[in-house]
Amino acid sequence: MTSPAVDIDSAPATPVRPVAASARGYWRRVGRRLSRDPVTIVCAAILALIFLSAIFAGHLAPADPYKTSMLDRLKPFGFRGHLLGTDELGRDVLSRLLYGGRLSLLLGVSPVVAALAVGGFLGTVAGFFGGAINTMIMRTVDVFYAFPSVLLAIAISGSLGAGITNAILSLTIVFIPPIARVSESVTAGVRNLDYVGAARASGAGLFSVLRVHVLRNVLGPVFVYATSLISVSIILASGLSFLGLGVEPPHAEWGLMLNTLRPAIYIDPTVAAVPGAAILLTSISFNLLTDGLRHAMDVRA
Amino acid sequence: MFALIARRCVYALPIAIGVTVVCFSLVHLAPGDPLNAVVSPDAPADVVATLKHAYGFDRPLPIQYVRWLFRAASGDLGRSVATGRPVAEDMDQAIGNSVVLALVAASFGFTLGCLFGGIAGYARGGVIDRVASLCALLGVSVPHYWLGMVLVIVFSVELGVLPAIGMGPHGAEVWAWNANDLAHVLLPAITLAVIPLGIVTRTVRAAVAEALNQEFVLALRAKGLRSGAVLRHVMKNVAPVCLAVMGIQFGYMLGGSILVETVFAWPGTGFLMNDAIFRRDIPVLQGVILVLAMFFVGLNLVVDIVQTLIDPRMRRGTAR
Repeated sequence: MTSPAVDIDSAPATPVRPVAASARGYWRRVGRRLSRDPVTIVCAAILALIFLSAIFAGHLAPADPYKTSMLDRLKPFGFRGHLLGTDELGRDVLSRLLYGGRLSLLLGVSPVVAALAVGGFLGTVAGFFGGAINTMIMRTVDVFYAFPSVLLAIAISGSLGAGITNAILSLTIVFIPPIARVSESVTAGVRNLDYVGAARASGAGLFSVLRVHVLRNVLGPVFVYATSLISVSIILASGLSFLGLGVEPPHAEWGLMLNTLRPAIYIDPTVAAVPGAAILLTSISFNLLTDGLRHAMDVRA
Repeated sequence: MFALIARRCVYALPIAIGVTVVCFSLVHLAPGDPLNAVVSPDAPADVVATLKHAYGFDRPLPIQYVRWLFRAASGDLGRSVATGRPVAEDMDQAIGNSVVLALVAASFGFTLGCLFGGIAGYARGGVIDRVASLCALLGVSVPHYWLGMVLVIVFSVELGVLPAIGMGPHGAEVWAWNANDLAHVLLPAITLAVIPLGIVTRTVRAAVAEALNQEFVLALRAKGLRSGAVLRHVMKNVAPVCLAVMGIQFGYMLGGSILVETVFAWPGTGFLMNDAIFRRDIPVLQGVILVLAMFFVGLNLVVDIVQTLIDPRMRRGTAR
């Protein structure tokens, strides 16, 4: 990543070994492991709170997030009922933070979901069929993988122009290559297992083998890998808005709030730092949750 | 071994060509006609046609691509729509400045990352391991553009010890390795180094921990080697993978510094791109992205080759 150096390669997926026990037993074990992991539970709770407060921002927000007040600009915490102060146009920062969560989470999560669908499909097809299809898909993916992620996101959304749809589109394109690569390698691994050969030999069609035997084993690790991308995606999405791509004023979004509050660091540094703290809290929770999930799903029989 | 290097280069070639195709199509990805920036929408049709011909936009796309590629290869990246200056000229300076920033950031991030990761992997479960894990987690979770703002708030606004923006008294033109200029690069470099620090720490820790679990370590210890000598063997084992990660991270720092450069008004490639985005100056954006992406492809190739050269296992594996 990321940044720069945001490194979307840093989290290799551990292929879940097909376990001998029934699927229900496997998921029960995953659940038991998760319930014994306090860090993961706390992070899940924090994320649930963040999502709920974004969804119910309309009921929770103490003030109108768009109502400006020229006299009350950049006031500190607790000023006249503004719990987190006011921004450069006198708008209530807490209300904007709650409403901003909607767009920040939408922009952070939806590219990963879209990339999971597209990249997962491409990778599975490439891994399952191999040969020329594999070469065609994976070499194209390699080209996009050859860009640093931030640069690719800037290139696409910089050319398309600002806007929520463009930002989601560009981030989706950024996340398709890593997801496609992981699902290709997992699929290629599963394809060569004995039971797939046995299913083929017993007369199962290609499509049903893919659906029943391959996809069910590929989905887990690919899903876990994709969730590990969400924190990167949230940071990148807010970064795009921070640069003036992505969400446009006067909408509330954390990265955009950070951008418009930037000149205010000389007047009220604490208020200016608030939206970034929200991004940090969300992305750190996602990171820890993913770690816990990966740990729990890596059950070896 | 030369066959090996040649093979790597041959693999990299189609990727490089693909990257140029993506960069070329950026202009056509932009909404509207590529001429929109130069001609007003109500210009007479014959003027538009003349300009189209002059810019070569009336040719078929593949021919446009080949012409653009040959011009770019000879160093001509077109002219900025906003300033009329050649893109390559503006970029010369900017790339130098970005490299300075990335070098300083790399020296922070990689040194600390190797140190933290090495100690953490060696003494797993200890205090330093916990600190290193926390560092790694924060490094990959923190929005670094926000961290940059926080650093400015603490060190420039509150403490007043470090400059908040810019590159020094001489501006973007001259960079000297003296105390004053280094003070300017300190905050942006720390900000840029956070993500690589996290990732390098994590990688080195995992690599060292894995190497220590292998049987050759047990054999060396049983042979009576002191821990320092054992550590040297372990280091040799983890070097290839760690160098590879650091190489890629350096590329990410150079190619992804736009957010940090924007926060600190550092006159590098990222700043140039930010300007271009604001002015919808697609030729500049395209030129910068092309150069940075090609650099990244080249860097990947070099990392690949170096990794193969210093790792005897890989060398032998391919020789067979």
